[in-house]
Formats: sequence, structure tokens, C-alpha cells
Amino acid sequence: MIIPASAVYDVPGADDEKIFDDILRNLERDRDDIRRALSHLAAIGGGAFADLEADHRADVTKAFREVGGAPLAALVRVVLLCYYRDDRVMQSLGQEARPPFPKGHVVEQGDWSLLDPVRARKPMYRRVD
Amino acid sequence: MLDKVDVLIVGSGASGAAVAWSLADTRMRIVCLEQGDWVKPTDYPSNGRDWEARLFSDFAINPNRRARPTDYPINDANSPIKVVNFNGVGGSTIMYTAHFPRMHPSDFKVRTLDGVADDWPVDYATLEPYFAENDRMMGVSGLAGDPAYPPHQPPMPPLPLGKSGARFGKAMNQLGWHWWPSDSTIATSDYEGRARCINLGHCTPGCAQGAKASTDITYWPHAIRAGVELRTMCRVREVTVDAQGMASGVIYYDAEGKEQFQPAEVVILACNGVGTPRLMLNSVSAKFPNGIANSSGLVGKNLMFHPYALTYGYVDEPLDGNHGPPLCLWSQEFYETDRKRDFVRGHTFQFGRGVGAIMEAIISSNAGRLPWGDDHHSVYRKLLNHRISLSAICEDLPEEHNRVTLDPDLKDSSGIPAPRLDYTISANSLKMMDHGIARAKEVLTAAGASNIAVESPILNGGWHLLGTARMGTDPERSVVNEWGRCHDVKNLFIVDGSIWVTSGGVNPTSTIQALALYIADSIKQRLANLFD
Ligand SMILES: Cc1cc2nc3c(=O)[nH]c(=O)nc-3n(C[C@H](O)[C@H](O)[C@H](O)COP(=O)(O)OP(=O)(O)OC[C@H]3O[C@@H](n4cnc5c(N)ncnc54)[C@H](O)[C@@H]3O)c2cc1C
Ligand code: SF4
Repeated sequence: MIIPASAVYDVPGADDEKIFDDILRNLERDRDDIRRALSHLAAIGGGAFADLEADHRADVTKAFREVGGAPLAALVRVVLLCYYRDDRVMQSLGQEARPPFPKGHVVEQGDWSLLDPVRARKPMYRRVD
Repeated sequence: MLDKVDVLIVGSGASGAAVAWSLADTRMRIVCLEQGDWVKPTDYPSNGRDWEARLFSDFAINPNRRARPTDYPINDANSPIKVVNFNGVGGSTIMYTAHFPRMHPSDFKVRTLDGVADDWPVDYATLEPYFAENDRMMGVSGLAGDPAYPPHQPPMPPLPLGKSGARFGKAMNQLGWHWWPSDSTIATSDYEGRARCINLGHCTPGCAQGAKASTDITYWPHAIRAGVELRTMCRVREVTVDAQGMASGVIYYDAEGKEQFQPAEVVILACNGVGTPRLMLNSVSAKFPNGIANSSGLVGKNLMFHPYALTYGYVDEPLDGNHGPPLCLWSQEFYETDRKRDFVRGHTFQFGRGVGAIMEAIISSNAGRLPWGDDHHSVYRKLLNHRISLSAICEDLPEEHNRVTLDPDLKDSSGIPAPRLDYTISANSLKMMDHGIARAKEVLTAAGASNIAVESPILNGGWHLLGTARMGTDPERSVVNEWGRCHDVKNLFIVDGSIWVTSGGVNPTSTIQALALYIADSIKQRLANLFD
């Protein structure tokens, strides 16, 4: 519903087994909100979302996104934070699948001559004496 | 009962660490009580693949979300800005983003210059040597020559401009507006045992490399070597007074939850602008029925944040994303009062590089920019690493109705009443925020950004906690005197952001620490007649 698999980008969907397991392991502080979001979704759809016809699903999804509030935001957050650390997804985005430490990253120094016009300015802080 | 100590400090954060280190050379017996624990560098999120996710769990900046046993809850329902902090050795410097501007000379004179609020009883010139000492101790990187400040020389070279910094620099030059590499407490070279920054880019929830100067790795090792005792997992409930109305010590819960009384000759509070008034209001006695040292009725009042107006947009080429320290440039173009505007005082712009993959997805999803379904992937690829942002850090003026009180119901895990906030953004601050957003849009447009969006105020943006036990010479209009001693209790001092008279328009920690060093020096110079 949120992130489908894509052959174009060679990525799994958020319903991929490995990602889904990761989601289930990371409900933590959001468990209650997510339970609330899922029962809200079932109420809007009039039954389990997975059992709905494709057309009906699109309408239910749209309605849910409009009225889901904080519980929905919590659900989406957990999905996104598990999806966007999956190795396959990282690879497709051209990102290294590793923690930042200890290798770090390179950031270019940049052209400090850009500061020349500012260096040329007179002191601009307000005098107090 | 424990042995009496000469000096008892409560809180080991930015100010508590600085005052402990400075007083250590007196050879007095000094103890610091800290409710949290040490954080090991290996605990920091950037060690693991879940580095972004932990911003929403044990390294969340909002203590109500983080909810570690060492945190206390805060009732923030009646405030559009939520308090963020960290409770542990190093205090909120564990979580700060290390942007390190000083206040300006004019910030200490707002009544004289602009006819609002009050002048401070200290000034920039008095604090100047303490700013410099603190820059050395914390290890500041930056570039001398900023026309927006009196001359000073940061000990290390500035953070790299990167692709996003260069884009902003060009845009600011096009507009003819001031910008400058920020002073930052991120080491750009190996410094005093700290390794240089390697651009992990996840500085806020702690630096695994040790390049970011949190006080657990700057002041504390020196203070402990000099003999200061730092007792962790000790949560102070109240400051007690003797028959003469002097502070006699504190009651606290130790690591096992056992109640202890620690007697002391001098008590120094360094619990930040919310923790300190909370503790003072909870320190009730026959002499001080409304909280210790509160004859003015001002303890907890005049709470100032800096409301943050964040504006961001997306450019057509990939930039630095989350690589590198997120804050590396500032602009003071709109800092000083300009009578042509519809508000007094002003703001700093701090420029942001970008965010990580997960944060981009979450923010853009919440904003409705990132669709669900088939278009998700193509849209996301145009957003990731294409973001640039800037925030106006707006000077909040003191207003008594903005306050910290004790919540009648909510308590921490030790049963101590939690703080409750009542805060509204003033009309002056709102106009300043609008001005900041309008100028920021001009900057982003000049930088080639589109899809411009705003978060104002930043909801979880209560990182600067100021004004709740203000400084002054008049005991009826202030809580502490011009060198941090409570008017009502002559052996009780406050060194954290509570004592600020006005807030300036800059991140406060450089000035908080300079003030703490200045107060420590004032104490040292008066040791023979400290209580006169
Ligand atoms: C996410 C974030 C980003 C920030 N970014 C910046 C930035 O870029 N630049 C900047 O200048 N500032 C920044 N700040 C603010 C900065 O961290 C604070 O200004 C600074 O740490 C305040 O110092 P302090 O000594 O007043 O209090 P703190 O550093 O908050 O320390 C207070 C300490 O007191 C302890 N304490 C409180 N109550 C008790 C009690 N009852 N018993 C025992 N111990 C107690 C707490 O556990 C804590 O360790 C940021 C803060 C956060 C949270
Ligand atoms: S960017 Fe530098 S300061 Fe920030 S976490 Fe990485 S190494 Fe530490």
C-alpha cells in the first residue's frame, strides 16, 4: 500500500518478508499507535485490508491517508525507517549499506574565495559604547 | 548522613562541567550530582545500521519520547514548542548540534538600545576572556574575521563548506547578505586527545568519533583528574535550608533509589532552564514556602526559547545529504534591530546541509510530498540528498506568563513532581519568524531551490531553555545577582541558562558556559567573604 516493489528501480516493496520482519521487531514505543491505526484502517475498509478488491483498496488508502492522524504517522514512520535501511534499497539509491562510523564520509572543502565580498565588509555589529 | 562537602553542584551538563573544572583549582572538596549516567562512545547510534531509527527511540531528543529511566517527563501540552534535552554526564551537550555562536555586545543592552526588556548586569567585554577560555576548553573551529562580531580567534580551522555550503554562499553573495562559517565545537583537527571529525553527519544524537565537544569528553576528564567527584545516577529532589535560611545541602535518590542527604557549604544549580526552576520550586520550607530563593516570585517565570522558523527546498543536483556536520554556516544579516521592520531585535540564520535517507522519507511523507504507491520511488529519488535548509533563530523576549511550574499530577520515576510548561509565542517573535521565512525563501530561490516548505515553529525545537531565574541587581526583579548568587540565599548559586535576562538570537551554549566560568571566577575571587 505504501511502498510497492519496483522492477524499474530493482527494489522490494515494504511488504517484503525481511523488511516486514524488521518492522515487526521495531514497533517498540509505537505499538499502541500502530494497533490503533490498523483497526482504523479495518474500520474504513469494512474488513481486513488484504482481503479488499484492488479498486476498493485505492479508495480506502486515500481515505486513510486523509484521516489517519498521529497513529497513521507512527505506522508510516516505522515502515519507512525499516525500508530505508534495507541493503537492497540502499544499493538502489547508490548509498553504501553501512553505519556511518568508523569509515565516515568525504565532504569537499569548497571554495573559500566565495567569502571575499563578506570579508570586505566593515564591522557590522552594533556598538554599545 | 554523608560527609559535608565544600561545593555541591547539581547537573553535569554544559554549565555544571565548566563550573566544576574552574573551581577545581581551589582544592576545595567538590561533588557533582547527576541524575543520568555516562554515555559510552560505542553506544552512539552512528555505530549501527539503525543509526537514524534510534532518533525515535533511546536517542530521541524529546525526553517524553526517549523515556529513559534517567529522564524526567515534562508536561508540554500547553506549549507549541516542546522541550528537548539529554540527562546524563555532559547533559544536553550529548545531544546538541555544536553550533557555537557567542552573544553579541548589543544583546546585553536591549533596554538601553531598544527600550525593551532589561539590560544585563554583565556585558560582552566582561565575558570576553571567559568566551576565549571556553573556546579553548571545548575546542572551537571557525574562521577569524567575521564582520558580525568583535574580533576573536577560534583555535581550529572551520568546518568544510561542502556542496551545500558553496551553494548557499553563492546565493548569499548574489543577495549581498552577510554569511560566515560558523563557530562550532566540532574538532576539525586532532585536539586535546579528541579525534578530528570524519563527517559521520549524525552529530546531534552523539558523536561516536569523539569529534563533537560534549562536556563528558572536554571539561569532565580535567575536572575529575583535578579531584572533583562526579556521582552519577543521583537525582536531587530538593535543596534544604538551615535555621538561618542558608542552603544546608540537598536530598537526593542514589543509584539504588535510596534517599540521601548531602550537606554542603555552597550549592550550585546547573540543571538547565527547566530543571533548575523545577528543583527550586520543589524546595519548599517555612522560610521559602514558594520555593527556595523565590521572594521575587520570578522562579520559573520568563521562560524563553528561541522559536525556530525552518524553511527548506530542493535543488536539481545531489548535494551533501547527511554527510558532514549539519550546521556549518551562519548569517547575521538580520540580527540587529532595524526600525523599518515591524518587530524589535532580530535573528540568526543557521544553514543546514541535508538529512539522511530515513529522515527525508519521514519528513516528506508527513508533508504529503512523498506519495504512496507506484510514484513513491521516482519522487523519492528527486528528494534524497537534494534538500537544503535554513532556520531563523529568533530572539524571544521575556514575558512572565511564559513559565515553568510543578505539575500537580505528573511525576518522575523517583516521585518528584514533573515540570509543566505554559508558553505562547509573542507577537514580536511571530513577526520576526515571518520575516525570517520570507528572507529564507529569497535565499532558497537564489540558491536554485524549488518545492519550498516551512516548519514554523519547529515543534521539537525547545533546545534553548532560558530566563527562569533571571539575573539582576534588584532582588525584587531578579533571582540571582550579577555574579550568579541568589539574592535570598547567599550560598546558593545558579550557573545554567536560567539566569539569562534576555535571549539574544543565537544558540546559547557558548554564552552559558562563559557565564559559568565567570561566576566560578567571581566565587574564587571572593572566597574569604563569599556570603557577605
Ligand atoms: C537536540 C539539541 C540540539 C542542540 N543544539 C545546540 C547547538 O547547536 N548549539 C547550542 O549552543 N546549543 C544547542 N543545544 C542546547 C544546549 O545543549 C544547551 O544550551 C546546554 O546543554 C545547556 O546547558 P546547561 O548546563 O544549562 O544544561 P544541560 O546541559 O541540559 O545539563 C543539565 C544537567 O542537569 C541534570 N539534572 C537536571 N535535574 C537534575 C536533578 N534534579 N538531579 C540531578 N541532575 C539533574 C540533567 O540530567 C543534565 O545532565 C541543543 C540541545 C539539544 C537537546
Ligand atoms: S560529523 Fe563529525 S562531529 Fe558529527 S558525528 Fe560525525 S565525526 Fe562526529
